[in-house]
Amino acid sequence: MNPKITDLETPIKNVGKARAHVSQNEGLIFEQSAPGKRGMELPPLDVPAVDPAKALGSEFTRAAIEGFPEVSEIEVIRHFTRLSTWNYAIDLGMYPLGSCTMKYNPRVNEFVARLDGLACEHPEQPAEVSQGCLRILHDLQKCLLSITGMDAATLQPAAGAQGELTGLLMIRAYLESQGNPRHKVLIPDSAHGTNPASVVIAGYEVQNIKSNSRGQIDTDHLREFVTDDVAALMLTNPSTLGVFEERIAEIAAILHERGALLYMDGANMNALAGVTRPGDFGVDVMHLNLHKTFSTPHGGGGPGAGPVLTKKILEPFLPVPVIVQKPDGTYALDHNRAKSVGRVRAFAGNFGVLLRALAYTLAYGSGIRQATEDAVLNANYIRKNLEPYFDLPYNLPSMHEVVFSDARQKAKGVNTMDIAKRLIDYGFHPYTTAFPLIVPGAMMIEPTESESKQECDLFIDAMRSIAAEADATPDLVKTAPHSTRVGRLDEVAAARKPILRWKPA
Amino acid sequence: MYPADYRYTKDHEWIKLQGDIGTIGITDYAQQELGDVVFVELPKVKAKISAGKSLGSVESVKAVSEIYSPVSGEVTETNPLLIDAPEKINTDPHNTAWLIKLKLADPKEVAALMDATAYQAYIAEQAKEHSA
Amino acid sequence: MRYLPKSPSERQEMLAAIGTRSVEELFKSIPEKFRLRAPLDLPGPLSEAEIIQYFQARAAENARGYVSFLGAGVYQHLRSVAADALIQRGEFLTSYTPYQAEFAQGTLTAIFEFQTLMCQITGQEVANASMYDGSTALTEAVLMAERLTGRRHVLVARSVHPEYRQVLTTYAKNLGLEIEEIGYTASGQLDRAALKPETLARTAAVVVQSPNFFGILEELPALAEVAHGSGALLVTAITEAVSLGIVRPPAEADIVAMEGQAFGIPPSYGGPYVGVIATREKFVRQMPGRLAGQTTDAAGNRGFVLTLATREQHIRREKATSNICTNEALYALAATIHLCLIGKEGLREQALQNLAKARFAQAELEKIPGVRRVFGGPTFNEFSLEFPRSVKMINAELLKEKIIGPFALGTQYPELTKRAVICVTETAPRAEIERFAVAVRRILERPV
Repeated sequence: MNPKITDLETPIKNVGKARAHVSQNEGLIFEQSAPGKRGMELPPLDVPAVDPAKALGSEFTRAAIEGFPEVSEIEVIRHFTRLSTWNYAIDLGMYPLGSCTMKYNPRVNEFVARLDGLACEHPEQPAEVSQGCLRILHDLQKCLLSITGMDAATLQPAAGAQGELTGLLMIRAYLESQGNPRHKVLIPDSAHGTNPASVVIAGYEVQNIKSNSRGQIDTDHLREFVTDDVAALMLTNPSTLGVFEERIAEIAAILHERGALLYMDGANMNALAGVTRPGDFGVDVMHLNLHKTFSTPHGGGGPGAGPVLTKKILEPFLPVPVIVQKPDGTYALDHNRAKSVGRVRAFAGNFGVLLRALAYTLAYGSGIRQATEDAVLNANYIRKNLEPYFDLPYNLPSMHEVVFSDARQKAKGVNTMDIAKRLIDYGFHPYTTAFPLIVPGAMMIEPTESESKQECDLFIDAMRSIAAEADATPDLVKTAPHSTRVGRLDEVAAARKPILRWKPA
Repeated sequence: MYPADYRYTKDHEWIKLQGDIGTIGITDYAQQELGDVVFVELPKVKAKISAGKSLGSVESVKAVSEIYSPVSGEVTETNPLLIDAPEKINTDPHNTAWLIKLKLADPKEVAALMDATAYQAYIAEQAKEHSA
Repeated sequence: MRYLPKSPSERQEMLAAIGTRSVEELFKSIPEKFRLRAPLDLPGPLSEAEIIQYFQARAAENARGYVSFLGAGVYQHLRSVAADALIQRGEFLTSYTPYQAEFAQGTLTAIFEFQTLMCQITGQEVANASMYDGSTALTEAVLMAERLTGRRHVLVARSVHPEYRQVLTTYAKNLGLEIEEIGYTASGQLDRAALKPETLARTAAVVVQSPNFFGILEELPALAEVAHGSGALLVTAITEAVSLGIVRPPAEADIVAMEGQAFGIPPSYGGPYVGVIATREKFVRQMPGRLAGQTTDAAGNRGFVLTLATREQHIRREKATSNICTNEALYALAATIHLCLIGKEGLREQALQNLAKARFAQAELEKIPGVRRVFGGPTFNEFSLEFPRSVKMINAELLKEKIIGPFALGTQYPELTKRAVICVTETAPRAEIERFAVAVRRILERPV
């Protein structure tokens, strides 16, 4: 029997962030459907109608789609507006998901992405009427190259993971051109899961390497692993612990001595922009997550964009097409590149995402350094204020995020997930739980530069209060959240007997 | 708890030998470590399996555990019960929730495995390491 | 800076609380020699008004005010203001992947509705929460077929979108997949005679697109029968999803890889769009991408969670079904809202309008001397025509009249020079179609 919130304590105490309010009930859209309703009308047909059975043959036609929604516009507006109120969002407050960089998504970016002349351009239209699109892409490339200190870029990959794959394919093509593609890619145990998954698609074998007691790459250990059969090391820097690899230059040298390359997962670039450049510390190829560092909205899971930046040696292998500026100053897409790894997705990339990232970069200019400084300042401020209450497994200088563990709260049976769920009752989105894998019971907190001192203080109050609850009334924490429309959901039942779509009764 | 006539592996599988047919499952310790089992992946009948190699996997909501075969042989039967009721692994891991039956290539392989006493000592040691 | 919510004195207060004198100290773990001394060379900073000016200037350099007869995988269709307004609600726009289900029921419920709609439209049993786009969805569908069959040979119709085939080739190269292309017949459909049982016996999947790149509908039930007869799977790509408002769904296919852009998503020079993978229930554990599932809480309330996650990279790492993490959730939502608005009758009416407009345009163009239909098979809103002169030349002339001409097939199919695939959707007014036909006639009548 779960304790009722009223049996214990009020769900929110001594914090100023949130209080409970009514939310609207709402069924699935299919449950509101009735024949004859519709939410969108078409202009009348101004050419002769065609009978599909006659035009196509009855074997190629279908009847109306069974169970398809029939609802009015106001019902659709209410349905999705009600659903939206069941979500948390950056627009509502701090979203401290470590490794996800949930920063403010500027509204002007949404506005310019919808301009007539940008939103409706067809990717196959001739270059002479696409100069605006091409210039946007070219300008963004220049900005990203400047920020990373690299030499060449592709904007085609649709997300970070596809950027990883693209970078690996380029490494492979480069090594093949040197005579031997090699077999292995090294990945630290603190890496994101996409790293090993991408390595396999690039046709390489994953070799995991253990982090040292400081959560960093042990260079002596690395030397043993870097053989002539190693193509690359994939390194996240700062690491998923939010710590800069202090021996990064030595790591690069060890790889380069044996003809291997250094791939940098740029997921944590928000700690570096304007402060240091991967191109200067030995990185050969990297990707950026524009939906993290460059503020494009995450939209409940995507879209993203994962541009890949490389050193000169990898430039011939960039995916096609490559955006080029011709001697006359006009822009074009170059498809004719003999050494290219090929195409990783149709068309020139997630243009709408790339455009937003450029709008973000233009807003800051070289002032992007201030954003980085504020992000690091916020993470360190939260760390300092929470250190007395939570275990800090790796006591190293934090950059844009800090990783605590639930070791102290475990004594009362309260784990990282419980604390995360209880944060919801305090009006905050949870931090990242259970990652990186090298920290048991990890609590990974990344505030980003978008949080004011006041919002950071509210978060700190909430976390301290939960620490106290974990000690005094652990059941209150273990059964959280208490304030949401639904309590903890039965994930076991969902996986044992999957219900993955609605069916008519 | 741990049947005396079974043999056990360090990866927490058990095997019961009847003639040259071995019945294989995962131990109670393994199911506790894994949590609520939601899915079991098993090999096809007639598949040839080597000792120490993966014969399938057991999944909880957020983890996948490989099952390593204690012995070599050919699969003669898989447990149909687990398709619809993988949760049986949590409630009855040593009996009705067996995974596969195997015709052993070499029944002598079983002798190299731990008996119930040795296995219990082994998991006690494991538990100590975990809490350290 | 307007996006940063701290005053200079607040920064100082926070530094003091940390116990550091300067911000520089917070970066001391970065070796000194790698720390930038000079500001980055970047344009800006720009105010909001200046940002808008920059992008308005770029928009003016594009095809604003042009009418277009390009399809080839990306389609101009009607969109509603309501759908665009809803996806801009901050709770959808600025939320993360719904891993914390209790605080993301809005997104999860919408994903469940998206999955349902995609099943209804494709005639399949299960659909995922989205892929990057149609091209990567198709590649992932082929990799899925390889896992399901244990076979490494893939037969791909040449009438599949050329860029989709290029993406597949890029991925397949290092995975030991053997890609073999199959030609087309006079009907524009896949050459079934090329499907030999002895080849199919080692084939993981037969890959077709319908309507295909030439605009022709493929005979999917017959193709499925041939493939299944030899233990191969049928993978069907769909780039023009609106066709399914009247065209028979690919229910016989084993895996459907669809581009959902046609469902109310602007062309946006190539993306973001929304890829879809739909398949049979029995194949669900080999699917890539996220899935939302229905469940309950302890009090019995219905709710939704991400489920069957053990397939994915964050759990299974190098053994995952795919490396995909970020998907196209916001555009899956856009498509969901669009389909709810247009509804059962509207989608059918929209498809019928496409068919009628395309037939009208085709008839108008075929009246021009020397202009002939290329293929005999049934078409939806795209059709291929042969012209007596180069398509490149015709298109260059059309551009002068603010008309973006059709896709020149010769660029991708050397045997199809002087042929083009023309797309006409419900958004093309009759007067513009007529203007287009008149322009083509005039261009062709000019002396060489």
